[in-house]
Amino acid sequence: MSFDFEYAPAPEARSIVDIKASYGLFVDGEFVDGHGRSFKTISPSTEEVLAEVAEADEADVDLAVKAARRAYTRVWSKMSGAERSKYLFRIARIIQERAREFAVLESIDNGKPIKESRDVDVPTAAAHFFYHAGWADKLEYAVPGNPSPRPLGVAGQVIPWNFPLLMLSWKIAPALACGNTVVLKPAETTPLTALLFAEVCQQADLPPGVVNILTGAGETGRAIVSHPDVDKVAFTGSTDVGRAIAKAVAGSDKKVTLELGGKAANIVFDDAPIDQAVEGIVNGIFFNQGHVCCAGSRLLVQESVAEEVLERLKRRMGTLRVGDPLDKNTDIGAINSAEQLAKIRALSDIGEAEGAGRWSPPCDLPSNGYWFPPTIFTGVSQAHRIAREEIFGPVLSVITFRTPKEAVEKANNTPFGLSAGIWSDKGSRILWTASQLRAGVVWSNTFNRFDPASPFGGYKESGYGREGGRQGLEGYLA
Amino acid sequence: MTTLKATAPSAGSNAFGQETASESALRRFLHGLPGVDQVGAEQRAAALGTRSIKTTSKQQAIDLAIRMVDLTTLEGMDTPGKVRALAAKAMRPDPADQTCPPTAAVCVYADMVGVAKEALGSSGVHVAAVATAFPSGRAALDIKLADTRDAVEAGADEVDMVIDRGAFLAGRYLEVHDEIVAVREACRRADGSSAHLKVILETGELQTYDNVRRASWLAMIAGGHFIKTSTGKVQPAATLPVTLVMLEAVRDFRDATGQQVGVKPAGGIRTSKDAIKHLVMVNETVGPDWLDPDWFRFGASTLLNDLLMQRTKMTTGRYSGPDYFTLD
Repeated sequence: MSFDFEYAPAPEARSIVDIKASYGLFVDGEFVDGHGRSFKTISPSTEEVLAEVAEADEADVDLAVKAARRAYTRVWSKMSGAERSKYLFRIARIIQERAREFAVLESIDNGKPIKESRDVDVPTAAAHFFYHAGWADKLEYAVPGNPSPRPLGVAGQVIPWNFPLLMLSWKIAPALACGNTVVLKPAETTPLTALLFAEVCQQADLPPGVVNILTGAGETGRAIVSHPDVDKVAFTGSTDVGRAIAKAVAGSDKKVTLELGGKAANIVFDDAPIDQAVEGIVNGIFFNQGHVCCAGSRLLVQESVAEEVLERLKRRMGTLRVGDPLDKNTDIGAINSAEQLAKIRALSDIGEAEGAGRWSPPCDLPSNGYWFPPTIFTGVSQAHRIAREEIFGPVLSVITFRTPKEAVEKANNTPFGLSAGIWSDKGSRILWTASQLRAGVVWSNTFNRFDPASPFGGYKESGYGREGGRQGLEGYLA
Repeated sequence: MTTLKATAPSAGSNAFGQETASESALRRFLHGLPGVDQVGAEQRAAALGTRSIKTTSKQQAIDLAIRMVDLTTLEGMDTPGKVRALAAKAMRPDPADQTCPPTAAVCVYADMVGVAKEALGSSGVHVAAVATAFPSGRAALDIKLADTRDAVEAGADEVDMVIDRGAFLAGRYLEVHDEIVAVREACRRADGSSAHLKVILETGELQTYDNVRRASWLAMIAGGHFIKTSTGKVQPAATLPVTLVMLEAVRDFRDATGQQVGVKPAGGIRTSKDAIKHLVMVNETVGPDWLDPDWFRFGASTLLNDLLMQRTKMTTGRYSGPDYFTLD
């Protein structure tokens, strides 16, 4: 008479958000109509059209940069750090007060499960504003050897769709704390929380022009980063676009930070705390549907325990709940766009064609929207494309190794170098391995942990510059 | 780490003969179990705690939780009157609602077993007795065994023993093991049947999750039918991460031997919300095979009334005050 514990639907109420039929651009403290066309943003879990959003053209970008410049020269750069920090604290508190609204809106527009937007994205976004608010009046202690740092001017910032509000806060909080003003473009598939953030700026009485939000796609982004009056370019996104940006700004005196792709190795040694390692593997690749630049997409597991780890991993994957992002019990939500889904499918098919073993737990996917089941590939070698290219989806490649040296060689054998994970109960092995890994962030016995005080950034094709911590402030100071 | 699949022999009375052949062999085995990362275990337990159990699933979970309660009184001031009241409550937790299921057992000191047995009659509610110099376990083995036999002779269906934490922390694992084996032997009745043995690890004194995992295995190897977190007399008692580590142990033990062992968190679980968090953890760690009073119990006293209050709320749509539920 065993008990079938089915969880009844536990949907978070949608009524807290008020999505308008159409949105303009946020320039100089006001919402204005753009000069260009408009585009639709949809909910990836239902394919429902959510709103019509303006696509900023070059003229709009120019107006926004001018507004940012004016705000910089007349107000923001002259204001004391202590005064600037008051605005940042205020913004942080408003994000907390409106946390549910932000979380629900993020899950609707992005497709991520509400438990992640509620417990990770929004609180961490608020934490970034709190942290940087604290720095605004202490900048002379931020950068070693620079006792009188100055802001750079106008920052042009382009962010991705995987953590829309969180990436916005990673960009805007340090820029503002250091005395810069901002023109920011959210990703075309996830503009809504950035537009809600614009309302927060109004609510916080932030001086007009300090933050400008321009929606749009690639063309808008290109216009922002190549605008001659932009002093600083900050980009998070794909390595291809990052490369194009680096080319576009080459020869100018713009300061650039790029946070790009990754293909992180999550290394499990035979003395690992095995149940927690399995959790770490799951969290590493299935958190946010694997739409994470630092995702642990390559599992390097010591051959002597590979079978046991895989068995446990599969059992654990069988408990993952895929479905409605607004259900509080959903673990894996929708893939962000049709385009991304096609890319994940194509690379997974290539993995299969190249001879790797594909496995997913049985799971019913909704009929509407963009969905991909949690998937692992076994028998993957370094030569497989799924071991080399960033899939940016819930797809894990499992590779085995025999010795610590081999683990490190394989982990480093990638053009990327954003993050890595080490699982072992032996402190000396963790420290040795961490020192050998060419990755910007190395987690040991955990994965995907973020804190505003901790710098984040990559080696090699994963980009340059750091965000977060003291080191992150350097990118916004001269 | 010990690869459990490879080293564990198949089920049988002497399944772990090699491992328990000597102190050093047993130590090697227990220390070879995979470690538990504290941060990771606590994070996982907290994540499971955010599951949202609503409407029909909440209703079912509350009824299941009531059926899993070992309604407990373990006080120096326990009297026959108190035990009879508790027994009445266990058989009919909510006098106002016939559909409310009884609890699994009442849990009392050995000298109260006769009273409890008489009060419960043929209701199907079991009598569990704590024994072996509960709660400290600081007595000679023959006294612990006599304590156990006493309880069994008085009619206890289940015996909740405590392990010798002193011996465990001093590394004398074989001594702990042999003592559990001896108590299990003392649980045997004249007719050849046997009282079920729950082994209390007192995790609040073992302190580390590595110790919890080792003690869990030790108790299972020695033949315990259940592993139980705590006496309720030491803080912290049952916590979600401790229960998680013990659930992982029974899961792995069944994988290795085919034998299923039950789990009983006891002490500190006071609200329906806590109970439901535990059930979610059972569901997602070991699966529905353990979602049954034969395999999972709550050692609790105040929990029951909160379950009843929530149950009434679910059926009537209204909260009633605590005075509408019996205090026993």
